[in-house]
Amino acid sequence: MTDHTSSYAPSNGLEKWLDDRLPIIRFSKEHLMDYPTPKNLNYWWTFGGILAVMLGIQIITGIVLAMHYTPEATLAFNSVELIKRDVAGGRIIQAVHSTGASMFFVAVYIHIFRGLYFGSYKAPREVLWMLGVLILLLMMAAAFFGYVLPWGQMSFWAATVITNIFASIPFVGDPLLQLLRGGFAVGNPTLNRFFSLHYLTPFIIAAVVVLHIWALHVPGNNNPVGVDVKSSRDTVPFHPYYTMKDAFGIVVFLIPYAWLVFFTPDILGHSSNYIMANPLVTPPEIVPEWYFLPFYAILRSIDFPLLFIDSKLLGVIFFGGSILILFFVPWLDRSRVRSGNFRPLFRPFYWLFVLNFLMLMYLGSQSTTIWWVPVLGKVGVVYYFAYFLIILPLLPRFEVTRPLPASISESVLRPART
Amino acid sequence: MIHNKNILAAVLGALLLTGAAPVLAQTAATPSAPGTAPAATAPAPKAAASPSSDNANTASGGGTATAAVNLGESEIELQPWSFSGIFGRYDQNQLRRGFQVFKEVCSSCHSADLLSFRNLDEEGGPEFSAAQVKALAATYTIADPDAKGGKRPGLPSDRWPSPFPTEKDARDANGGALPPDWSVLAKARGAERPLLAWMRDIVAGYQEGGPDYVHALMNGYHATVPAGITNADGTPFKLPDGKYYNDYFPGHSIGMPPPLSDGLVKYAPGADGTTVPETVDQYSRDVAAFMMWLAEPGLDGRKEAGFRVIIFLLLFAVLMWLVKRRIWSNVEGH
Repeated sequence: MTDHTSSYAPSNGLEKWLDDRLPIIRFSKEHLMDYPTPKNLNYWWTFGGILAVMLGIQIITGIVLAMHYTPEATLAFNSVELIKRDVAGGRIIQAVHSTGASMFFVAVYIHIFRGLYFGSYKAPREVLWMLGVLILLLMMAAAFFGYVLPWGQMSFWAATVITNIFASIPFVGDPLLQLLRGGFAVGNPTLNRFFSLHYLTPFIIAAVVVLHIWALHVPGNNNPVGVDVKSSRDTVPFHPYYTMKDAFGIVVFLIPYAWLVFFTPDILGHSSNYIMANPLVTPPEIVPEWYFLPFYAILRSIDFPLLFIDSKLLGVIFFGGSILILFFVPWLDRSRVRSGNFRPLFRPFYWLFVLNFLMLMYLGSQSTTIWWVPVLGKVGVVYYFAYFLIILPLLPRFEVTRPLPASISESVLRPART
Repeated sequence: MIHNKNILAAVLGALLLTGAAPVLAQTAATPSAPGTAPAATAPAPKAAASPSSDNANTASGGGTATAAVNLGESEIELQPWSFSGIFGRYDQNQLRRGFQVFKEVCSSCHSADLLSFRNLDEEGGPEFSAAQVKALAATYTIADPDAKGGKRPGLPSDRWPSPFPTEKDARDANGGALPPDWSVLAKARGAERPLLAWMRDIVAGYQEGGPDYVHALMNGYHATVPAGITNADGTPFKLPDGKYYNDYFPGHSIGMPPPLSDGLVKYAPGADGTTVPETVDQYSRDVAAFMMWLAEPGLDGRKEAGFRVIIFLLLFAVLMWLVKRRIWSNVEGH
């Protein structure tokens, strides 16, 4: 796909002059317009564009919010309220940003699960996938730092609980904990450094996104049938076909987003975060934001020690492992067929994995005092890891895959019933 | 020409439409007419069987045996607020009555640090006239080190004065309990909703758990501990000295004495002579509405903007879809 010849011809002297020195217009034409894209991409593929827009929205609203926000422990809580009350448009900007974090995660989870179904992580797209996992990790960090900034009760106690996780790492745990908190307990220094890091992370994300897109444009897009592009008949230029399709997807995505912003801006949060942070009062329940719940459920489900590892450290190992394992998916899945559409045995396991992820999300929101929460949690943890460590590697030994179409064009003209 | 790929769009569209239906029905039941008689806000039909203190007792009877520490959220009854749902708007008369209750009763212990007098004449609030607000502010004395004698009459730009100079004073005057600040209190209360109810709330645009809780709390007092109440471990519940029993307060023992009683606040009749009942139930609805406005003063404007934005996005999406379809029409297989 990289061998397509450039169709760019400078249209005037100035463009020619610039093209000889910095061929940025040529680059844009090649990569944003002419880039040959498989013509069978479905709407699940629009989430890449949606995510780029979400990053833009978060950065722009975030920069404006930072102009009015005060990162100081006694002032932070009220400064967020004053943004909503006294800053022109502040109420909307704040809601777009706080709700935007949730919508960002909605989109990224759909994007990841799309990749898992259609085998988008398989050769030659391993680096593309790993950069994506790195973006997920950075997004989680950004979201966590951001959630602490309003300095409500849930902000404060989430910061306490999450930083505490690092304390269980052997040897370096305690110094690391103090470095993260800027002291022995969460306080003003914690807020200051989290604000600084919250401002930094999105720009690191943007840089990794550039690498992610670069790594996409080298092998080109995967597609729903998972067959490589064989001729120019299989592709259409990115512009106007996919700019238009993505733009439509983005506008549709903005509708539920706007619904949350304007009609229920607080419904994704916790009421205790409208109480100013108080180190002396622990809220009855400390629950992370919904997008962390599956991983939080994994952390909590490990309530037993193993050999010389105590339960706390073991929980952290599983918690970290549940995300880090994604880096190895390209090598864990041994099937040569990419798309789940042609893998009859893979599909039920995949959908069970989706259900399992949603179940863990639900369990993460429930109190562990209910007897079935830790029980189902353990079942969920076992399936989560078994999917990656047992099912994906071993399935190809038993699976008879369906015949692949000869080309993308063929699959488009004569759609196979799946 | 309908592709199965458009299912996504159809689902989202359907979500929007179903969201509107229950709320449409709800709005019809609570017409809000600013500037007319106070009776306009008289609670909608559901409240006809509304809890006096005794009814509140039976309403919560199911849960009294179980939770002594944390009460299940399902026991708090949802109320027909004029401002709930996507079409919901504050009722100016109700906000004025709620403000009256706050000013005459609640503000003797509770502060409202983020409230400025000027907010009271802003759009979407109680909408008193600027002159009324100026006169009201002037009745308060504001500590100001720059003024002669360290004190001066209040101005519309001043914040609502706190009833106690320090937290310690507030605790000393209230048996060790701190009356919470009211600025965002209505959004800081309200139990988490079960998953399905929560999803319904998103579609219906309902996030009034805080006012529901305030209303329940005001109607949940008992003069004596009801029979049969036990702690989580089964031992009989004992009310600590200086505390009051409330069905809805976590742990049941609340430091705040029952603040409202029937006839406590005198509501002026409306211009056309209509009146609003002077009952605890009515007071608590009015003051909960006022608290919600205090916590969310821009609710009306936010929802109005929401309609413009979402209608725009819907039309824009249709246009984008048509353009997309046109562009893709020359690709074989599409």
